[in-house]
Amino acid sequence: MATKIQTPAYEAVIGMEVHAELMTESKMFCRCAVVDLTAAQPNTAVCPVCLGMPGVLPVINQQAIEYGIMVGLALNCEIAEFNQFARKNYFYPDLPKGYQISQYEFPLAVNGYVMIDLPDGSTKRIGIRRAHLEEDTGKNTHLSDGTSLVDFNRSGVPLLEIVTEPDIRNAEEAEAYCRKLRAILQYLGVNSGDMSKGVLRVEANISVRPVGSNEFRNRTEVKNLNSIRNMFRATEYEIERQIQVWESGGSVVQETRGWDEQKQKTFSQRSKESAHDYRYFPEPDLPVLEISREWVERVRAHMPELPDTKRERFMNALGLSAYDASVLVADRPIADYFENAVKAGGDAKIIANWMMGELFRLMNKSGLEREQINEISVKPEQLVEVIQLIEKKTINNNAGKKVLEIVYNKGGEVSHIIQSEGLAQQSDEGVLRTAVMQVLDQNPSEVTRWLNGEEKVIKFLMGQVMRAMRGTGDAQAVQRLLEEELNKRK
Amino acid sequence: MSLSRAEVEHIAELAKLNLTEAELDQYAVQLSAILDYIAELNALNTDDIPPTASVLPLKNVLAADEVTFGLEQKAALANAPDAEAGQFRVQAIFE
Repeated sequence: MATKIQTPAYEAVIGMEVHAELMTESKMFCRCAVVDLTAAQPNTAVCPVCLGMPGVLPVINQQAIEYGIMVGLALNCEIAEFNQFARKNYFYPDLPKGYQISQYEFPLAVNGYVMIDLPDGSTKRIGIRRAHLEEDTGKNTHLSDGTSLVDFNRSGVPLLEIVTEPDIRNAEEAEAYCRKLRAILQYLGVNSGDMSKGVLRVEANISVRPVGSNEFRNRTEVKNLNSIRNMFRATEYEIERQIQVWESGGSVVQETRGWDEQKQKTFSQRSKESAHDYRYFPEPDLPVLEISREWVERVRAHMPELPDTKRERFMNALGLSAYDASVLVADRPIADYFENAVKAGGDAKIIANWMMGELFRLMNKSGLEREQINEISVKPEQLVEVIQLIEKKTINNNAGKKVLEIVYNKGGEVSHIIQSEGLAQQSDEGVLRTAVMQVLDQNPSEVTRWLNGEEKVIKFLMGQVMRAMRGTGDAQAVQRLLEEELNKRK
Repeated sequence: MSLSRAEVEHIAELAKLNLTEAELDQYAVQLSAILDYIAELNALNTDDIPPTASVLPLKNVLAADEVTFGLEQKAALANAPDAEAGQFRVQAIFE
């Protein structure tokens, strides 16, 4: 977009639809394995049911229902007692039966909300309209010769569609919603949150309207959002595009739009309206599903701690600031790493500082996302080891950073690295004093300036001593000895 | 109840059927007759009968989440009109 229209006259109205694959062992309606699509050979986790062969019958996966109930409860939804699956009919090569088994009139969970955390520290309530269970489709790969290849490994994988109320007003809130929902799914252990692998897919329904009005104008549905960053950019772009359309006297066409990552633009994927006549009807192959209140309570009793609860605990029991706690709970792998480090015997606040400082810096530098912290070679115990060695003055702060960087880049044991790199802190007073005296002898003019009252020169001298000792000097001792030796020269 | 020709055309499109003009006329009449026949059920008083999607006295038929092996890739592709690299090959469809 060339120029951003500087007008506060419009606000966006956004609802999100998220499709989350559920990490069950087997599929939604057959017992084929749920496999990593990017790793498994195509069409090796398939059977007559998920290939849509004639005469087969689906059977509901109990674990998928319980995962769905967990998500519903975590999103503060009412869990429906009466559930019925429905057929959604359409033709596409990735849908072998010619219909998708979904829920339509009777979804699993309704009327919930989630509190999202905004960058300024405030929270906002986003309504959850419904969450319903369905099955995923196969995967098409389009070839340049006008044909497509179809892999049905994904066909029939349990899928939970989560739909918000149109409560989101800008791209920041959309991002905060995605982050919170993803964290909840990760905490529940029902989804890895890996958008790049397509196990979590996000669509944004976007319209704009004059501030102060309650109307709903034509909306567009933006797809192809394979990361939170792309979702944010696409949403920002689409809001601006729609404002410009209205401002220039046009009107927004209700349509589906894709996100073109290369061009950083949304583009029309207009399809014939008649193609979306899904002719839903109750699935005759599946008996109804009744979820008793006892069942719901049994599931609730086994739910793990959720991000908001964990953040409270990090603040109240471990003394973290609200900001630190929010950052550490935002991705479950980060929270787990932190808790493992605390368990290994470190001070919570110091661990938090080192994680959010050095570790995040190293991860950013090597292009890792926060949720990939399990892949780094610095284990929580090693981080704690480094922190404890600093506390014991075996190494100083700078050496600690160096050790971490070496373990991060090459692996290895902390104690070996300290030895082989000569990073052990030098506290021997004789050695330090010799170094101090050498530096003073080599820098007579700085010594004179200090003696003439220019106190800040000591910082330069300090740096020279530390450099001479390759950074391993005990900084406090060096400072003390410098002052002693300087005073002797008065 | 009579189906219009436009409705038959719409249904044919959803079913991916290419019908001739003559077939559209013919099916409009035939489908309307079938709907009229089914509509005879409307004569029954069903005020006290809750709607149901199933006539079987079943509910909550569930399976434990345990994997069983289905088909080998070769068997899965055995009836495919065309296959390549372990995948079904179809004419590309762009919406």
